[in-house]
Amino acid sequence: MAAISREEVAHLARLSRLAVTEEELDTFAGQLDVILQAVAQVGEVAAADIPPTSHSVPLTNVLREDVVTPCLTPEEALSGAPDAEEQRFRVPRILDEEAAS
Amino acid sequence: MTDVTALTATQIAGLVATGETSAVEVTRAHLDRIAAVDDRVNAFLHVDTEGALAAAREVDARRAAGEELGPLAGVPVAVKDVLATRGVPTTVGSKILEGWRPPYDSTIVQRLRAAGTVMLGKTNMDEFAMGSSTEYSAYGPTRNPWDTDRIPGGSGGGSAAALAAYEAPLAIGSDTGGSIRQPGAVTGTVGAKPTYGGTSRYGLVAFSSSLDTPGPCARTVLDAALLHAAIGGHDPRDSTSIPAPVPDVVAAAKLGATGDLSGVRLGVVTEFGGEGAEPGVMAAFNEAVGALTKLGAEIVEVSCPHFRYALPAYYLIAPSECSSNLARFDGVRFGLRVGDDGNRSLEEVMSLTREAGFGPEVKRRIMLGTYALSSGYYDAYYGQAQKVRTLITRDFTAAFEQVDALISPTTPFVAFPLGARTADPYQMYLADLFTIPTNLYGGPGISVPCGLSAGLPVGLQVMAPTMADDRMYRVAAALESAVGTFTPPTL
Repeated sequence: MAAISREEVAHLARLSRLAVTEEELDTFAGQLDVILQAVAQVGEVAAADIPPTSHSVPLTNVLREDVVTPCLTPEEALSGAPDAEEQRFRVPRILDEEAAS
Repeated sequence: MTDVTALTATQIAGLVATGETSAVEVTRAHLDRIAAVDDRVNAFLHVDTEGALAAAREVDARRAAGEELGPLAGVPVAVKDVLATRGVPTTVGSKILEGWRPPYDSTIVQRLRAAGTVMLGKTNMDEFAMGSSTEYSAYGPTRNPWDTDRIPGGSGGGSAAALAAYEAPLAIGSDTGGSIRQPGAVTGTVGAKPTYGGTSRYGLVAFSSSLDTPGPCARTVLDAALLHAAIGGHDPRDSTSIPAPVPDVVAAAKLGATGDLSGVRLGVVTEFGGEGAEPGVMAAFNEAVGALTKLGAEIVEVSCPHFRYALPAYYLIAPSECSSNLARFDGVRFGLRVGDDGNRSLEEVMSLTREAGFGPEVKRRIMLGTYALSSGYYDAYYGQAQKVRTLITRDFTAAFEQVDALISPTTPFVAFPLGARTADPYQMYLADLFTIPTNLYGGPGISVPCGLSAGLPVGLQVMAPTMADDRMYRVAAALESAVGTFTPPTL
């Protein structure tokens, strides 16, 4: 498997919403490369006719009656929020300047 | 340490039940012990003195009122900081949740409270349970009570060290790739990963949802079984919870303690035969195999050819699930927010918050998972890893047609010095070489102390079929009856 480049790591950081530093990019590129080369072994063994297992327990949808039950109060739900306003989570502005203009 | 902190959970519960001591006295003794030694161990991130004493007083009041108490009533317990505890800080060892006090209890903690146990506080861990040494905690590493210059294992190093330092008789951990069993092995304590779905994940901060399994840590097999019985069982709030009763693990531990394993067939995995393991670890393991034979067990060599692919498969599956699970830490609903100065967009604030809040191992795994799931690589990495998971499950199924349980060393090496493996992440990952197959399969596994190598503890792992948790407790208790428990040097 091809080595991972510094540019690819920068792209992954953007996808992952991580504002990594230049120094981190160098470190992560080297480390991810070693890890990816080691884990590439999985390609050696599993043939096309092997079904994948995503979960060791068969998953079933768990449903309950649609009735009102006790739940968190707005104050409790917002108690860990960095910012709140009028019983809602307050978020930073969603549009950047380019999009807003 | 005072006398009461040296006792097992079973002994403490007995004394509280008969009134020979009170839950408050027991709790105070453990809080005093924490105050005396935890600056050297750093097992606890938060000690809930008031909450613990209040819970202890309640147990004493119930006893005074003539109420029949459960088998763990009045016993202190330390809880890994991965579980939500109402009103008590829960950080997952991360700066991104520093100071967060959940408005609800996880199911495990609810059950601990219902059982009358006394929660002492929250234990240190690798950030988001990612690590094998508790060196990736944002709040400093935990140290191994056997040698404070060495690691206590990870990610549940805090829970295991709290037991080995006699700061608590019981603790809770969570095991995604070995995070209960591996710290148990390197601290000379007992750690059990229940069958996946046998313990509830409700209120457990998710790392890798298809693998995470909360479970018991203790200094004896019987204590671990009692704790397992108290926290296990179906939880309708967890869609992966198995709707079946937990096998009678306590009876199995008591049966094992009689030291009779006649008619039990144990498989030694050929592929774990020494490759990558320290000679001292293999020597202690082989001696323990001899002890099991003397108890009547038949030892059979069993080949599990795909186990060698478990580590690479795990390091694709777990980071993939983590990259998705950790997307919720965006600085909006809880925890840290960085850069919200009115000029930056939500996306910028999110990126700055995650950069400041997550440590290096978490970032590595998020990026690794993002890579493995990305278009063009999905089939080569994540898809292949899920197929390997099938092959490993087939290996287990075939093995359990030949034997009742599998045994192996828990870890390839004893506790290594702090800092020895942090520079090379893949070297660190090897610490979980022997524990990971069980997580991919979903079955139970337990680590029980089996000897020493160069004065440091070695663990023996027992692996059983899914929902046969009782079987592993029987074997573990039998081994414990033969080799005894191991006491670390006095701190």
